[in-house]
Amino acid sequence: MTYLPKPKLHHPSLQKNRVGFTRRDYEGAISTLCAGCGHDSISAAIIQACWELDIEPHRVAKLSGIGCSSKTPTYFLGQSHGFNTVHGRMPSVLTGANLANRELLYLGVSGDGDSASIGIGQFVHAIRRGVDMVYIVENNGVYGLTKGQFSATADQGSKSKKGAVNTDAPVDMVGMALQLGASFVARGFSGDKQQLVPILKAAMTHTGAAFVDVISPCVAFNNHPGSTKSYDYVREHNHALCRMDFIPPRVEITVDSHPPGEVREVRQHDGSMLRLRKLPDSHDTGDRVAAMNYLHECQARGEIVTGLLYVDPEAPDLHAHLDTAPVAFNRLAEPELCPGAAALARINAGLR
Amino acid sequence: MQPTDVRNPQYFHKVVDCQWACPAHTRVPEYIRLIAAGRFDDAYLLNWDSNVFPGILGRTCDRPCEPACRRGRVEENNGEKPEPVAICRLKRVAADNRSNDIDKCMRERLPGQIPGAENFRVACVGAGPASLTVARDLAPLGYRVTVFDADPKGGGFMRTQVPRFRLPEHVIDEEVGYVLDLGVELVGNRRIDSLRKLLEENYDAVFIGCGAPRGRDLQIPGRGENADRIHVGIEWLASVYFGHVKRVGQRVLVLGGGNTAMDCCRSARRLGGDDVKVIVRSGYEEMKASPWEKEDAEHEGVEILNWLNPKSFVHENGKLTGMWFTPMREERDAKGKRKLLPTGEPDRFFACDEVLIAVGQENAFPWIERDLGMAFDEWGMPKLDKLTMQSSLPKVFFGGDAAFGPKNIIWAVEHGHQAAVSIHNFLQDEDVRKRPPPLSNLVSQKMGIHEWTYDNDISPDERYVVPWAPKEKTLADIKQEVELGFDLSTACKEAERCLNCDVQTVFSKDVCIECDACVDVCPMDCITFTANGDEADLRERLTAPAQNPQQDLYVSDPVKTGRVMVKDEDVCLHCGLCAERCPTGAWDMQRFLFAESYAGRGEGYSARPAKKVAA
Ligand SMILES: Cc1cc2nc3c(=O)[nH]c(=O)nc-3n(C[C@H](O)[C@H](O)[C@H](O)COP(=O)(O)OP(=O)(O)OC[C@H]3O[C@@H](n4cnc5c(N)ncnc54)[C@H](O)[C@@H]3O)c2cc1C
Ligand SMILES: Cc1ncc(C[n+]2csc(CCOP(=O)(O)OP(=O)(O)O)c2C)c(N)n1
Ligand code: SF4
Ligand code: SF4
Ligand code: SF4
Ligand SMILES: [Mg+2]
Repeated sequence: MTYLPKPKLHHPSLQKNRVGFTRRDYEGAISTLCAGCGHDSISAAIIQACWELDIEPHRVAKLSGIGCSSKTPTYFLGQSHGFNTVHGRMPSVLTGANLANRELLYLGVSGDGDSASIGIGQFVHAIRRGVDMVYIVENNGVYGLTKGQFSATADQGSKSKKGAVNTDAPVDMVGMALQLGASFVARGFSGDKQQLVPILKAAMTHTGAAFVDVISPCVAFNNHPGSTKSYDYVREHNHALCRMDFIPPRVEITVDSHPPGEVREVRQHDGSMLRLRKLPDSHDTGDRVAAMNYLHECQARGEIVTGLLYVDPEAPDLHAHLDTAPVAFNRLAEPELCPGAAALARINAGLR
Repeated sequence: MQPTDVRNPQYFHKVVDCQWACPAHTRVPEYIRLIAAGRFDDAYLLNWDSNVFPGILGRTCDRPCEPACRRGRVEENNGEKPEPVAICRLKRVAADNRSNDIDKCMRERLPGQIPGAENFRVACVGAGPASLTVARDLAPLGYRVTVFDADPKGGGFMRTQVPRFRLPEHVIDEEVGYVLDLGVELVGNRRIDSLRKLLEENYDAVFIGCGAPRGRDLQIPGRGENADRIHVGIEWLASVYFGHVKRVGQRVLVLGGGNTAMDCCRSARRLGGDDVKVIVRSGYEEMKASPWEKEDAEHEGVEILNWLNPKSFVHENGKLTGMWFTPMREERDAKGKRKLLPTGEPDRFFACDEVLIAVGQENAFPWIERDLGMAFDEWGMPKLDKLTMQSSLPKVFFGGDAAFGPKNIIWAVEHGHQAAVSIHNFLQDEDVRKRPPPLSNLVSQKMGIHEWTYDNDISPDERYVVPWAPKEKTLADIKQEVELGFDLSTACKEAERCLNCDVQTVFSKDVCIECDACVDVCPMDCITFTANGDEADLRERLTAPAQNPQQDLYVSDPVKTGRVMVKDEDVCLHCGLCAERCPTGAWDMQRFLFAESYAGRGEGYSARPAKKVAA
């Protein structure tokens, strides 16, 4: 934590992106989290991803619940819309906002406590409905904000800072997201931005429910020997599935000369391309069942699998399911929003 | 790259750009902090120790520190006009606000007497800044120093050349006085016309700081006539100082583009010159005058004309009426060497009543007999050991403009310090080449979780302008100082612009957990964790490319993941945010002290008994 605002001065070579912003323009207020918190690195990765994607800040809405992780939207995208909701209730507020204005990019920022304990019901339904969003869980295995109690994602047998052993079985949010039908599922590590930034970019350009679990060590309460969410433990047990390059739609994609199996390409709905390198042969990111199997195999070996596990680039989202209006409500005029008594009578008649 | 050895004091010394660039290695950020803290006496004495003339230099220094200042680089692409900290003018603030009786504290900060030193006599020729520095360093040790000057008072060119509208006389009197008050004997009005005779007076060592006293002339047609209307610049400026010249013609041409030309034209504007033109052979950018001197002259209504080579003087009816000039252009040969050639356009005529020739200065040693055994080079300059300033006559040392040609005051001071060390060694029978080691240390500045001994909040302010006296007033009176100096509140704001580059970012790789917090928080993208490589490769691969090869990369030993921490020192704000964000204290802000050692200081010196009895 620092008290001083970050100086406005920036490196002389700092570049502007296509929409006229520097990376620094995507920053927020100075973080009040503990120095070294993984969450701050995730904020930096989000900043980097938005800058690289030429996203206009006013086209983004950040929604969060309660927790250190849920505080972070204050520390990035200071020029975007934000809603810090109630504990565990981010998914429903996000769903509502998304229905009202489908034209924004929705970032749901949550913690393992916020999403796997109090908010687990909300999490489940937002994913299940295919809300078009990037759902980020900053997963540290503890309730950081309330000083380090085990959360529902803490591994069985892992030790608290004071030495208590967790006896409960963990909730695996990645497994749940796969099972619930998320159309984009990935896991990252706050200590590896080279992997995390492309994952976030792919998630942000994905249409549908994109779920990203980011292991994010809590330096204050969960970074000791015996923890399975510490910097050291995650580095030692990290099984990086693949390296992904994100190729934006405007870049011409050259014919690839890599031998099959080594590189796999996924074209997303918006024309962007995900190029996956060193993908193990056994795993196909288009196969939900295979992804679930692979996740469990790694878990059984004691490995933390990271990278893109599953993507369905053509999945329909909630708006497609509900056949909603193609534009944001704020673009509709009164006759469309309030079609009048005759229209209501017609609907009622249809339901008789 | 090899890991950086931060125990080598020169590594962090180089990071303190201003101090590194200052010939006398003045501890700039430290005195700026002292000014901000209102400790003007301490700020003055810290300067005085290094550069001997803080009040004079705070007005006139060539300030090599300012182009080097990190603030100028940091402000690039961050605002209207990137500018360094006003280092020089802050020095003047320390001088302006010091106590009247500061001289009482001076002796306390100087080394004590060496037993037997009083038996040695040292003669200094010329009372300019070089000789006075030798005297300042040697007199406190007990040596008996006598300074001779052809002029009545001490100060050299600082007194007789630098005009009073840039440097008031009382400032010179005070600061020359401090040196003389240390027990230095000044013999004014005494020109030394024979080194042989001086040596016969049995001095134990002689320091020659006679400057570069000869102004270059311009031998072109018409030069011989009307000598009272055509002057050599430095002679004319001295005549102005001594009051022999009180008026100048209405239309004045000044030939030459250096600082002397600027002082000539600005003096002429004050002595009746309404139409003053500076005419320069080459272009505006390559003129030797400092940019601020050119600006000041133009502000006072002087016109600067470039690419004109003087061809001849024109006299009519025994009166100077003007000059012809040939238009020039530049051409570079295959080796890139520059040549000036006529453009072929017709010559241009400029009418005038008086001409000042300021086309350069030369050394001259007519009073040094060539049969004394002192070696001179093909340009008539004494052969010197650049480290020690010793000539081929072991007891004769040189410094200032006399040593390697015309430079400036701060170089003269530094030469004086080095010559004093050599003379001290020489008199103590030590190896003359042995230099006392500098004083250096590195101390953590942490006082609390987010508290440092220094103000690490970076001021966004642009450089403040020093207020000027109104032009009507300054042009009417040649003794009216133009710059008025910062008032205290502006001085404090300007001081806040200093980045405290002597407070170093020091990295301990053993405790780093590679959380990236420092990388993320750094506003200037200085820090990268990456695979090691050679320097050129690393410079390309950093968070922000390191494109300034003058500035070092700080490279650590491998951290746990096998990568190395690389910090580009170039535009670091020394804001300490990396250290505040680091959960483990792997970054710390440590103040680096570096102080040059002068004669009789530093380690390894034991006073020796006098080698001879007083004469
Ligand atoms: C017009 C002008 C303006 C300048 N402005 C600046 C400026 O703004 N800032 C800056 O840093 N530098 C400036 N300089 C340069 C600066 O003045 C010199 O570099 C500096 O003074 C050199 O110091 P010094 O100790 O070598 O000798 P000097 O200052 O040159 O002093 C030498 C002294 O030796 C005396 N002397 C010479 N021969 C003998 C002898 N045989 N016997 C006895 N005495 C003798 C002379 O009378 C003189 O007093 C300026 C120079 C000029 C000409
Ligand atoms: C309704 C409600 N219940 C409980 C709390 C107390 N509380 C605050 S934060 C938090 C847990 C946050 O954990 P997590 O989402 O993992 O965030 P972290 O701080 O670890 O990033 C809890 C239980 C609350 N603020 N509101
Ligand atoms: S308590 Fe843990 S999660 Fe919260 S800010 Fe501190 S390190 Fe981060
Ligand atoms: S002090 Fe640290 S955070 Fe500040 S600019 Fe320098 S490296 Fe970056
Ligand atoms: S903040 Fe400290 S521990 Fe973290 S990467 Fe930087 S130096 Fe290492
Ligand atoms: Mg948590």
